[in-house]
Amino acid sequence: MMFIRSFIFFLGVLVTLLLGWAGLVGIPNIMISEIQPPKGLERYTYEQSYGRSIYIREGCLYCHSQQVRPVGFGADQERFWGRPSVPADYVYDKPHLLGTMRTGPDLFNIGARQPSEDWHLIHLYNPRIVSRGSVMPPFPWLFEEKISAAPDDKVIILPDSIAPRGKVVVATREGRALTTYLIGMNHTYSVSQVPARNDTTKKK
Amino acid sequence: MAAQTTTKEQFISFASHTAEEVSEKQQRVEIDDSVTSPVVLYFLTGIGWLVFGSVAGLIAAVKFNLPDWLGGTPFLTFGRIRPVHLNAVVYGWASLAGAGMIVWMTSRLCRAKIEKTWALYVSAVLWNIGVAFGIVSLFFGYNQGMEWLEFPKPAGGLIALGFLFFAYSIAQTFRKRQVEHVYVSLWYILASLIWFPLLYVVANLGIYHGVTEAAMNWWFGHNVLTVWFTPIGLAGAYYFIPKVIGRPIYSYYLGLLGFWAFALFYNWNGIHHLVGGPLPTWMVTVSIVASVMMFVPVMAVAVNHHLTTIGHFRMLKFSPTLRFVVFGSMSYTAVSFQGSIESLRSFSEVAHFTHYTIGHAHLGVYGFVSMILFGAIYYIMPRIAKWEWPYPKLIKLHFWMSAVGIALYVVALSMGGWIQGTMMNDPSLPFIASVNATKPYLWVRSLGGTMMLLGHLAFAYQFLLIIYRSGPTRYVPAWFELRQTTEENRPV
Repeated sequence: MMFIRSFIFFLGVLVTLLLGWAGLVGIPNIMISEIQPPKGLERYTYEQSYGRSIYIREGCLYCHSQQVRPVGFGADQERFWGRPSVPADYVYDKPHLLGTMRTGPDLFNIGARQPSEDWHLIHLYNPRIVSRGSVMPPFPWLFEEKISAAPDDKVIILPDSIAPRGKVVVATREGRALTTYLIGMNHTYSVSQVPARNDTTKKK
Repeated sequence: MAAQTTTKEQFISFASHTAEEVSEKQQRVEIDDSVTSPVVLYFLTGIGWLVFGSVAGLIAAVKFNLPDWLGGTPFLTFGRIRPVHLNAVVYGWASLAGAGMIVWMTSRLCRAKIEKTWALYVSAVLWNIGVAFGIVSLFFGYNQGMEWLEFPKPAGGLIALGFLFFAYSIAQTFRKRQVEHVYVSLWYILASLIWFPLLYVVANLGIYHGVTEAAMNWWFGHNVLTVWFTPIGLAGAYYFIPKVIGRPIYSYYLGLLGFWAFALFYNWNGIHHLVGGPLPTWMVTVSIVASVMMFVPVMAVAVNHHLTTIGHFRMLKFSPTLRFVVFGSMSYTAVSFQGSIESLRSFSEVAHFTHYTIGHAHLGVYGFVSMILFGAIYYIMPRIAKWEWPYPKLIKLHFWMSAVGIALYVVALSMGGWIQGTMMNDPSLPFIASVNATKPYLWVRSLGGTMMLLGHLAFAYQFLLIIYRSGPTRYVPAWFELRQTTEENRPV
């Protein structure tokens, strides 16, 4: 009797967890594995991948999402953050960086919205120079101060009140790679299957 | 000074008992003795991570108020200190303290001395090395890039190995049990011994990519609560509420229903973290359905716990353990109902992507699990250290700091987060308006966090006193208020 009871208990415990895994992860993984990348989506270049690793290292994902919601779910569409994202948009992403928080805006199409390298570098050096009220941390270690810039250095333009006296601020390789990654975040190409609207929420 | 004069015999015989009761108590004392060293090791290191993790959390919180503060130090940037906080309190504090509680409780519930004590030492050491290694890696920016799975593989592997040694000792103790009846708390403990390693292995198969990796990520992330922290919290509540009050749990069958409904529904919840996202809609829908079904086990547990407590609220005035545990069990009811409602699409449309979720997470891991662990430690330590808590006033301070701190924290973030979400969904407002609107609430959050940290310092200080058996000597338990020891409320 005791043996049968224990057996049922352990079996039940095992099966419940594995069922959940199969239903939510295992089976979808098989279903989605056949997905082909859309025509407009390119693999990350080396520089972009490097930038992506800086994005992860500095924990950008804790405040920025990389997913656009359909019409009828929030104001992503009205804010022109791009068409709703689909599974095919993420085939080259490892690890995924969908995010769960929007302390800052969604970045899925930040490269299309803000293609300026200069803007991104200034913003990374100190976000409050270009975005008043921002609570984003500054990343001064992605930059270095020099007496004079070398020919291939990327100098960032700072307001006089912030710029160090008698020195120039240039982006490091890490800073430039992160910017390359951000500018490359452009998913404005069209895909065949876009959810038209989220039908379970209230009609607008 | 006085420490040498209290002998074990004095401790046992401080109240008048019959010979039979004394022998039963003798047996309990022997069981407690068998777990003393490993449990103190788990608690001590866990509390170390608690204090460290609270400081890290407070730094992260204040950075929302003063974004340039400590801004020049890469180690302390928000994006690194935040995962440091999460992993330190989750895999350091709550896991180690939970493991300590499980060791003691299993031994007591099996009426057997703990088996394979060496495995527990190995486990605690591996576990702590794993967490320390992971934390240092995060400071240096070696982050796996997925929430709840941030630790680099070697750190996660060490923790998993530590868990296996821990599970081995618990399983062996269970096998040698001296009682027929297996109490509810033990169901949760035994289930978690199977679930947690299985969860970890399946999550690290390395076969996921793109959006299914996101599905795996949140299936895992939410399930750390399902398979580990909730069982710890519920095992604690099921044990301590009846124990302190001195009456059996309201209904055994409700316990049974609660357990199996919990096992069936809870591990389907995770994908509600991706509501509105690019996954197939049915996956999110399944998770929402399962989240709503959580009403069943939660109500079963709530009815069971609260009907056990009802009529004995007077005890909350005296017993520190009961006060913490009842607070925790009420938080469990609240956080679970909140979670079920939060998973609905219409609610998520506003609350998702905001601070509201952060408040919810803290109500769960702190208001529920940590509060029960505090109560458990206040109960267990005098019994294994053979020394009473020297300063009941400090326990009181700890309770109020934690309780008011977490209340401020959750209320502030729920309000701030809701306003943030409403403004974010209003396209006529610039995005930055949703940032600016949260700022006063984030100050209140930092205040709540500061209070919690102060409470933890009082707790840690008194914990050091009790393991060194210093401070004033007491021969009666450290009740909040003096009370007459009668036949009914005699401590056991």
